[in-house]
Amino acid sequence: MSYLPKSPWLIHYDASSCNGCDIEVLACLTPLYDVERFGVLNIGNPKHADIFVITGSVNEQNKPVIQNLYNQMAEPKVVVAIGACATSGGIFRECYNVQGGIDKVIPVDVYVPGCAARPESIIDGVVKALGVLEEKHKNMTKVAK
Amino acid sequence: MSGINATIAVILYIVLAPVVGGLISGVDRKISARMQGRYGPPILQPFYDVFKLMAKQNIVVNKHQKFYVLCFLVFIIITGAIFFAGGDLLLAIFALTLGSVFLIIAAYSTYSPYAYIGAEREMLQIMAYEPMVILTVVGMYMVTKSFSVFDIAMFDQPLIYSLPGIFLGFVFILTIKFRKSPFDISMSHHAHQEIVRGVVTEFSGKELAMVEVAHWYENVFLLGIVCLFFASNPVIAIVLAALTYFLEIFIDNNNSRLKWQSALGSAWIVALVLGVGNIAFLALR
Repeated sequence: MSYLPKSPWLIHYDASSCNGCDIEVLACLTPLYDVERFGVLNIGNPKHADIFVITGSVNEQNKPVIQNLYNQMAEPKVVVAIGACATSGGIFRECYNVQGGIDKVIPVDVYVPGCAARPESIIDGVVKALGVLEEKHKNMTKVAK
Repeated sequence: MSGINATIAVILYIVLAPVVGGLISGVDRKISARMQGRYGPPILQPFYDVFKLMAKQNIVVNKHQKFYVLCFLVFIIITGAIFFAGGDLLLAIFALTLGSVFLIIAAYSTYSPYAYIGAEREMLQIMAYEPMVILTVVGMYMVTKSFSVFDIAMFDQPLIYSLPGIFLGFVFILTIKFRKSPFDISMSHHAHQEIVRGVVTEFSGKELAMVEVAHWYENVFLLGIVCLFFASNPVIAIVLAALTYFLEIFIDNNNSRLKWQSALGSAWIVALVLGVGNIAFLALR
């Protein structure tokens, strides 16, 4: 048992989202939901973050940004795709410039559905991500041993 | 202070300061959350954060940065050790400055533009608070005729009677040292967002944990100086140090960040009016 699930720090990236999901992500920080009571901080720095929260679909312009942010994060790390666009491309799936969901460029661990995703389901997704984080940490220490 | 007592004080400081500092930080986060109408994290949250950072992968940009961050932590510990052993206050202040300089060098060694901005702002902060810190020590010397923390603490009358201006000036620059708004220009705590994370942008894992622990040591040392103003009665000293910290949290939650020009200007004006004014009054008395 590590302390990872007790202090998950998020980095939130808006990949061509309509801002609907972004506002719901930020709503989690407000007094009504207050995710800081679980130790969750919205940290603006990939090097400090444990959970990569992405909203919106992938296109050619934000693909290198997503990959860069993901590569800068320290292990163990998990990726949570939030909203219909981030999970599959959503209604923009067929657009000529859209490649699809986040899993087209980086491995996604948790998919949170919804358009826009509700704050409750976002928190649920992050809590699911904590389990994955713990498992990754276990595997990491196993490899180290 | 005799050798044995000083050794015990130093050992107690090295062991207990992170515990106390971490708890203060946890209470700080809780009170801040309540002031914003939130429930807030558990009191032990800062410890969870540091233990988590220990378990994370350590990404090193420049191999020297680890050494500099370690020096930052070590010199902050030395600062507090000199202070709580009853040693020379002036030496403690210089060790503190040296520690801060190591943090700046660590940030510069990473070649990151974000860390550069943070390091430059950290230097501006040092420029802003350093005059007032020196004036505090000078004022204490003028009253007690000694730089020794032990002699100052044993002075028969509370220093606050002779140094009210210096105390207020010191509380003002404490906002900078505690990294609170409106003067958190190089890096801030809590859920405040900024351009990446200022001076600690490139540190991750254990190094970030070290910076955090150094900050706890530093806070305990600074609250120790606040106590020194009321040293003749330890209970009142601790209560007033707690009240001072509460005031800093209150200021933090009621202000947005200022530009560095205002931070530097206001800190120097305060040092000039309250600090130099108080010393001039003592000299002319």
